[in-house]
Order: sequence, then structure tokens, then C-alpha cells
Amino acid sequence: MKPTSAAFSDNARRALHDATLQQALAKAGVGFVEKRRAALSDLPEFAALREAGREIKDHTLANLDHYLLRFEQQVQASGGEVHWVDTPAEACAAVLDICTRAGAKRVAKGKSMVGEEIAINDALEAAGLDVVETDLGEYIIQIAHEPPSHIIAPAVHKTRQQIADLFENLHHQPDLTRPLETVPQIVDEARQILRDTFLSADVGITGANFLIAETGSTVIVTNEGNGDLSATLPRVHIVLASIEKVVPTLEDASVLLRLLARSATGQEITSYTTFFTGPRRGEDVDGPEQFHVILVDNGRSRMLGGAYHEMLRCIRCGACLNHCPVYSAVGGHAYGWVYPGPMGAVLTPLMVGLDEGRPLPNASTLCGRCEEVCPMSIPLPQLLREHRRQEFERKLAPPRSRWALAVWAFSAQRPRLYRWASRLGSLLLNKSSRGRGRFRSLPFAEGWTAARDLPAPQGDTFMAQWQRRKPHD
Amino acid sequence: MRVALFVTCLVDLFRPSVGFASVRLLERLGAEVVVPPEQTCCGQPAYNNGDFETARAIARQVIAAFDGFDHVVVPSGSCAGMLVRHYPELFRDEPETLARAQALAARTRELSAFLAESGGEPAIDGTFSGKVAMHDSCSARRELGIVDAPRALLGRLAGVESVELKEAETCCGFGGTFCVKYPDISARMVTDKAEAVIASGADVLVSGDLGCLMNIAGRLSRMDSRVRVYHLAELLAGMTSGPAIGEAEKP
Repeated sequence: MKPTSAAFSDNARRALHDATLQQALAKAGVGFVEKRRAALSDLPEFAALREAGREIKDHTLANLDHYLLRFEQQVQASGGEVHWVDTPAEACAAVLDICTRAGAKRVAKGKSMVGEEIAINDALEAAGLDVVETDLGEYIIQIAHEPPSHIIAPAVHKTRQQIADLFENLHHQPDLTRPLETVPQIVDEARQILRDTFLSADVGITGANFLIAETGSTVIVTNEGNGDLSATLPRVHIVLASIEKVVPTLEDASVLLRLLARSATGQEITSYTTFFTGPRRGEDVDGPEQFHVILVDNGRSRMLGGAYHEMLRCIRCGACLNHCPVYSAVGGHAYGWVYPGPMGAVLTPLMVGLDEGRPLPNASTLCGRCEEVCPMSIPLPQLLREHRRQEFERKLAPPRSRWALAVWAFSAQRPRLYRWASRLGSLLLNKSSRGRGRFRSLPFAEGWTAARDLPAPQGDTFMAQWQRRKPHD
Repeated sequence: MRVALFVTCLVDLFRPSVGFASVRLLERLGAEVVVPPEQTCCGQPAYNNGDFETARAIARQVIAAFDGFDHVVVPSGSCAGMLVRHYPELFRDEPETLARAQALAARTRELSAFLAESGGEPAIDGTFSGKVAMHDSCSARRELGIVDAPRALLGRLAGVESVELKEAETCCGFGGTFCVKYPDISARMVTDKAEAVIASGADVLVSGDLGCLMNIAGRLSRMDSRVRVYHLAELLAGMTSGPAIGEAEKP
């Protein structure tokens, strides 16, 4: 996917004026927040759990090489294969190679954000394979030819009517009489279509929420069961996972699972939580003949031990998106790449470069709600500031704002000059407000005055008035 | 008790009456209030725009100017948060300055938190009566954990009926330079906030942060709302006879 993050401002403006999108966002946002709140209020030990989760992740990241190697050994011991890849291109090549060797024509795909990151669908389709997304949300955006707009609810930007129209157009057959009005009818329609996919696919690709070092298992959580069907019915199961997904033990995974479901959807546990360990064994009644794990780095090992290290704790729950006032206003597509919201504003510049991703860390009031709701206590505002520091050091901001900041910085370090300049400013502004107390418009402040008045200064500065009141102070 | 007032650049420039209200509240507690003349700004514009070097230079200036007082009081959660939370962060790798930054952080309080901790009762002599909504700034709420203190203080004003805003935890969209970097998104956020204020039925909106107040007052005024906007300190000190934020001097 070609990023459009550099055009964030334009993307955002378009999103704000898209009435259908606004309707979809308004409906989704409140639901997520309320469900999470309810789930947490039923779990008094959430804070302790959060602390435990953080410790598990910190410990694992500090010993990442050890746990990844242990994971590989255990996958091999259970008859599977691990493929270590660095870049998206290498990841796609590894998946394609497995598909080619298996003589695959059709791929059933479960939801995977790493899959989005490496653009696996494009690669497989370019090679002539037929790829069908089996997660309902992913299926919807696949047939709409759009990227996901949310990491756990990829089609959250679509209204029910839009989805019904999409199905109507695509599935339309002369004998189609199935009505598409209610949510169950729409779901049923997708189920009819996807059933064929599960049965006819040669390869199933899923993501992984966790990788378990002690057993070599990969874990996914879904609410539709599509992941299980994608993994067990085709002949070959390929798991796409990034390296920071590994945890030491089953016990550790269970702590993180409790945090994940509550933070993401407000569920105590998702409808399906599935552990895959190796290909089918002799005594198994079903399961794939081959089990492959593609371990993707794509910049993560460079984050280890550096300024963005803590971002590697992220378990992709989406709570920071759901609670972000900027994400809620503009939706995920405005962010212009795979990961939106606060976590995306940290990750995108790291993965596509700061030149492209520069607007994202700036598009935040640093209100801190993301950090507050993050089950992994990731200091997201501080990481956004870190990007801004890089931006400042590389002089990437527009000259006008850099100059404004420099002039301000110069005077703020010279109290006498500053007092003189601020007096001049406040007196001038006060005078030109002509007693009206506010400005409806003001040159150089159009950004402010387009939507709101600017309250005028009351008159002389506080510092000047204070000196008059206490001349000897 | 010698208390140094960190006026904040917005109060200094736009609304000196908040500074005088703060002085009045502190003097009623029996404090000797000093306004160190070497103060300009807390350095947040530099810090949040990635210019950490300038932020450090300004922080050093503040640390020096506010040395030796019993307390440092700030009529803003945002600037107080900068002193308390971010100065120590900025000097993580400079042990000597770090110690001084930590000492300053330990002595620094946002105004409403300071008044509430000090018992506050003698200080408050506001006579306002009507419905008042309190907006929490994100920094007061999340960086400093201040939620109850301003409400407790408002509760001491006999005529005040407190009302809560819907989605009170949501940012108003000010965000320092954010509001001019992303004016469309900021406008949307402040519109949501202004609508929540109007829906609350409040006569007056107060907050401990002038940045939020100028933003929300500006939007309310553009929407032709009759809700009046004051800094919490002005209401507590009984200094609401003058024009509210954004109001004309003579009606």
C-alpha cells in the first residue's frame, strides 16, 4: 500500500466533510468506549493485570533473541517450519514460495495487520493467486478495494447501507433473492460466499496475536471463527507474525489475553481463542499438512533498546484509536497507511519514514488519553514527542513555523525583551479589539479564527501591572 | 509562607485578572506572594515542537527564578504539568540539574490543588450564583490527577450549582500549536466540547487552564451562546464583575 500520510491534512479535511463517514464513526466510537468501561468496572484487578502484562512484555523484549529461538525450536519439534524475514518483500517472497511449492491456486486469508504491513494480498494476486479475506470486515474492504481503517474493526468506516450495496453489486446473480436489509441478513450473505472459499482454498493464511515460546504455538483471537476455518481446512497453514508477538509461556499469554479482549472490544474473552501447534498429527481428524510461521522484522529489531522500544509492547488492541479525539474525528484512512490513531502515529514514521509520516505525530493535542487506556502502559504522547524531536533536528517542519518558533524561543530566553514585546503585543491587540473583547478574524491567525473568535487581551500584561502595584518587588 | 506565582504566558498576555485572582486567593491563605520577574513561559511550545534544547534552556531559567520559595503555584494544569512532570524528564541525563528540577517539581502545585491541600477555606469568597460547569484540562486530569480539587472548591461557593459535562474526559482541541497546525480537526473538537457545554445547561463554564478556556470561549462566542466563561480562580476570588473571557468591555 502506497502511503499517503504526508497528505494527512487534506485527507483529514475530506474525512471531516464526508457525512456518511462521520455517521459511521459516531456510531462506532461511543460503543467501543462504553464497552471497555463496563468490562473494566467488572474487573477490579485490572490495574494489577496491566502491571503484570507490562512486566511480561518487558522481560520478553529484554530476552527477545532467546524466546524467538526457543519458539523456533518448538515449532520445528512439532513438525512446522519458521521463516525469518527482514523486509516486506522478503516476507511476500517467502509466502509465495510456499504457495508455489504447494501448487496453490486459492488462498483463504484471516485478518492480519502484518499482512497489511507487507501488502501480502497484492503480492499473491500479482502472482495469479485468488485471495479471499475471510474476516467479515476484511472481506468488506477487500471487495470495496480499500485498506482497513481500524486495526480490529477494519470496515468500521462503512455504514450498513454501504455494505449492503457492495454485496448487492458483487454477489448479484439472476436468481439472487436473498434480502440484504438487516445485519443478520448481511452476515448470512457473507457466510454463504465464504463457505466455498474455506472448502476450496489450498492455503490458509492467518495472523497471530501471540507466539508462545515454550510450546511453539501461535494464538489468534476472533469473534467469527473464520481464522479457525482458514487454518484447519486448507492443506497448508501459513502464520504471519511479527517478532514482538512472542511471549515465554501459556500462562503469560493468558494474562495478555485478559487485557486484550477487554481493552479491544470490552469482552471478557473473544468468541474464539485458538492455539495452533504444528501441522496435523497422525491421530488428528483434521488440520493442515504443512505449518509455516513467517517471522517478520520490518524495522522492529531496530526499535529494540532505542527511543521507541516501548512501542514494541503494543498488543494491537485498538483502545488508543477508540479513545483518540483525532482518530474519532477523521477516521483511520486519513492517517494514510496501515496503522492509524496514536499507535499508528508512532509506528508509521518508523516503517515508512519520517519524511512521509511527518504529519502524524503532530496531529495530536498530546491529551494523554491513549496512554491512560493503553493496557501496556505505552507512553504514546512521549513517543510522539520523540518523533517531533527528530523532525526538529532534521528541520523537516515548514520554514514558516520553524521561524516563528525560533523568534519566540529567542525572546522567551530574554525576560526583559520578552516583557517588552508581550506588553507591546497585548496593548496593540487590546486597542485594535476596540472594546469588543474578541476578534472575529485576525491576520496570521486564520487557523484560529476560521471557526472561533479570539478573545482579546484585557489591556496591559500582568507583569507590567504587577510592577506598578509593587514597585519594590 | 512565601509563595512564588508562576503567572503563565497566556495569563500574562491575555487575562491578567486570573493572575490577580490567584494572588488574592493565595494572600487570603496568609501567603506572601512573590512574582519572580525572570519568568516568561514554561517552555512547552518548544518542548512539544521537538526543540528540546530550547525547552531545557527555558527550564533552567525557570528553575533558577523559582529557587528558594516554599511553594510555587501555577494557575494552569498544563504549565504545572510541564514543571512537575516534564522538567525532570528533560534533565534525565544531567544529574545536577535533575536534582534541582525534582526539587522544583516537589514544591510546585497547580492552583486548585494547592488551595485544596491548604484547606483553602479562608481563601474563597466568591459570591457567584448559578449553574457552573467545570472543564478539566487534559494535563490537570491526566498529568497531575486533579479532578476533585476544583470541584470541592466550587462546592464551597454557596450559590453555585455544579453540573458535569458529557464526555468530560475528552480534549477540547486546543493542544497548544495543534489548534493552528490542524485547525479543521481542532475546530471539530472544540465544537463538540462547546455543544456539551451548552447541553449541560450551565450559565458559566470554568476551568483551571486559560488555553482551553480561550478555545472554548471563542467557539461559544462564535456560536452565539450566552454561556459565560471564566477561569476558576476568578470565580473563587469573587472577581466576576468584569467581562467574561471574550466578552465586550461595555455591553
